[in-house]
Amino acid sequence: MLDRRLPAPLTLTALAVVIGILVTTPLLINNNVFHHTLILIGIYAALAQAWNILGGFAGQISLGNAIFFGIGAYTSSLLLVRAQLSPWLGALAGMALAMVLALLIGYPVFRLAGHYLAIATIALAEIALVVFQNLEFVGGAAGISLPITRDMQGRPTDSWWMLQFNSSKLPYVYLALGVLGVVQVVATLLDRSWIGFFLRAIKNDQTAAAAIGVPVARYKLIALLISSACTALIGTFYAQYLLFVDPETVFGLSLSVLIALVAILGGAGSLWGPFLGAVVLIPLAEATRSQLGGRGTAFDLVIYGLLIMVIAVFQPAGLTGLPERFRPRQRTSVAPAAPADTQMEESLRS
Amino acid sequence: MDATIVQAVLSGALIGMIYALIAAGLSLIFGLMEIVNFAHGEFLMLAMFSSFWMWELWRLDPLASLPITAALMFGVGVLTNRLLVMRVLNAPALAQIFATFGLGLFLRASAQYLWTADFRAIQDPFLSRVAGGRIALGRDVFIGVPQLVAAVIAAVAFALLGLLIRRTRLGLALQAVAEDRSTAALMGIPAGRMFDLGWGIAAACVGIAGAVLASFYYIYPSVGVTFALLAYIIVALGGFGSITGALIAGIMVGLVEIVAPLLLGIPPAYKYALVFTLYLLVVLVRPQGLFGRY
Repeated sequence: MLDRRLPAPLTLTALAVVIGILVTTPLLINNNVFHHTLILIGIYAALAQAWNILGGFAGQISLGNAIFFGIGAYTSSLLLVRAQLSPWLGALAGMALAMVLALLIGYPVFRLAGHYLAIATIALAEIALVVFQNLEFVGGAAGISLPITRDMQGRPTDSWWMLQFNSSKLPYVYLALGVLGVVQVVATLLDRSWIGFFLRAIKNDQTAAAAIGVPVARYKLIALLISSACTALIGTFYAQYLLFVDPETVFGLSLSVLIALVAILGGAGSLWGPFLGAVVLIPLAEATRSQLGGRGTAFDLVIYGLLIMVIAVFQPAGLTGLPERFRPRQRTSVAPAAPADTQMEESLRS
Repeated sequence: MDATIVQAVLSGALIGMIYALIAAGLSLIFGLMEIVNFAHGEFLMLAMFSSFWMWELWRLDPLASLPITAALMFGVGVLTNRLLVMRVLNAPALAQIFATFGLGLFLRASAQYLWTADFRAIQDPFLSRVAGGRIALGRDVFIGVPQLVAAVIAAVAFALLGLLIRRTRLGLALQAVAEDRSTAALMGIPAGRMFDLGWGIAAACVGIAGAVLASFYYIYPSVGVTFALLAYIIVALGGFGSITGALIAGIMVGLVEIVAPLLLGIPPAYKYALVFTLYLLVVLVRPQGLFGRY
């Protein structure tokens, strides 16, 4: 593939502008709905980027990433409720647990390809969902509420150590953006390192990659480990933001699908696709929910479903593929349908 | 043998037959065009609502309206293929997953918007009145008539599907397209029409399953979700594209779901966890499923 990156000074300027906007607007627009939307954008962009490392870079489609999210959310929450441990330490424990789980399931699951892999990941997350719904120790189907941090007089208070802010959403906004920044940096470093090259080689043709000496199984596992740790970290943050976790929300198939959807809408495999996808999809979903979703009519989901179909049909390459459409054609490609067709079959068979 | 075990084996095999019929449609579509229909559960839901409304509006028993439901669903399948699937046939696999997933979400949400999220049931369908609704097979072992007839109808539909694919010219054409689309086209088989037919038959299968389920199962917009999840597991367990695999895996899943918790002394709430674990264990040994070719 041709290197389509912007020249370095331009990229840096664009990056500075994006970061500048993200840092200043929450201060300028002091509005709870706006802050909430920003937090969700940060969370979903980070989740989608974590998915992208495995699904986009390495082409290993997971529809079960919620399992790591749930592990992160539950580990820190349980440690907080049962041992009064700070969520910072809980996050580390959650990430470690998620990585152990990734190690256990990674090797066997990666023997599967294509739809078999996707369905196996669904099955894994569903097992976790059923177990968490039925284990009383972790709160069962009702979930766990986190205790509110209080000061000496018993009033709700803010605490960085307990990662809880009751007076304003602003710290959560910056935390969400911070988490997103961390995941984004991790993905960028990966993308530019040899690991990124190996992952792309695996995505394009696993057999060929193995033939030229790429340790396929090991690098798939590395991608999964990084992806799972990032996802678990976001899970802890999410639990601290809502101060509540329940199995259906954190382990459910709909979360796994939404994570993948955000990345795909933006452009799977591209570095800024997940962020772009979240910026477009999350406010849209929030707006339709608040405008149309009242009284449980599900009309917002009708629109949402239609939208997904429209994207799949008209822009299957995602938003980052849009400039290609408007770029003047330089070369006329010969018989474009046939190669795309064989490529698809290859990717499914491999 | 213990009566509860016998009872469980019978119930598991009966529901397994219906699972198998649902999964057969999914497997057929995959075999034909290598696309997984993530709206399959919603097809089932539509079929159940079709039975429900024909009963509610015209007092047609689900059994009597079964041919109408199957025909309606055939149309839904063809429409889905024409309007959606053909447009993503050459798109990346991710886009294909999301096209049908979006359709499923759209259908489920539309059903909730139009008919609310309420649970409905068909009161006193014909089958529940036959022989008092259940047959005694000895002390403490009973079979529900609706469940038994549902399994028999599913078995007949399955047999017909097998005959259609293996023994008719049409089935041969379907197999040819599944084998190699472009070579089949060179032999004069219209691939597009075969895709229409495949989707139509697949949706009709799930339509029949929905119609027989409507006699004894609650009907609500998200009823298809669990069935579809099981159907994906069954298809992957049996091997994508294998109809025989779907039959055997379907019955296996039905049995594991009901018998395994009993034998292992695990609360029935964990039954799906057991099913998914079984699936993972099998694909560890055979990544292509029991009867899969690749």
